[in-house]
Amino acid sequence: MKELTVQAALENIPVVTAAMDEFLEALDCPLKAQMQLDVAVDELFGNIAQYAYPDGTGSVTVRFDHDEAARMVSVTFVDSGVPFDPLKQRDPDVSLSIDDRKEGGLGIFMVKKTMDHMVYRHEDGCNLLTIYKRI
Amino acid sequence: MNIESNKNGNALTLALEGRLDTITAPQLEATLKTALPGVEALVLDLGKLEYISSAGLRVLLTAQKTMNKQGTMKVKNANEMILEIFEVTGFSDILTIE
Repeated sequence: MKELTVQAALENIPVVTAAMDEFLEALDCPLKAQMQLDVAVDELFGNIAQYAYPDGTGSVTVRFDHDEAARMVSVTFVDSGVPFDPLKQRDPDVSLSIDDRKEGGLGIFMVKKTMDHMVYRHEDGCNLLTIYKRI
Repeated sequence: MNIESNKNGNALTLALEGRLDTITAPQLEATLKTALPGVEALVLDLGKLEYISSAGLRVLLTAQKTMNKQGTMKVKNANEMILEIFEVTGFSDILTIE
């Protein structure tokens, strides 16, 4: 297990990504799974940085874990900002033509499609979002 | 991310290297804003691009909309993971992928 706590700011995306890549490389994670997890950090940490603390700033704890028997990596994002369940967001209509496309929703949708499993819960005033990826 | 620009008359090729994500997407957006006026054939070479997140997809969408008005746009050499992202997001129907 590995954990880091940083300020919820976009400039910390590379900090979290680097910490995760180091964790994954020690597990001999295939490159494709690593990049899908990198994208997930960009989307999920990025969302927290932009929307969790509208009145100022706060922190995010990111926890990396690994179930060796199942070859399953998990990443949990914990913030104490506005309650937000990304799994409740409606999926974007990906069949729309270029002129009818709306912004938004695409990031979480991509993460849902590339991860094996996602769990959200709100506990003790915190958002806890965990993504699971088999490597 | 590195962007290598190669202009030949009305044709522009941008070769992207690294990661097209929340942090780097504004860099591509700014490059396109300056470079696209007058361009009739845009090629985005993704051969050295590792991955793309939704922030990068938004920039590609804007570029495609601009090029629909003034010429053509092609995306080439994307890796397997990027092609999968184009597929699940429906971008494979919007972009011209070679």
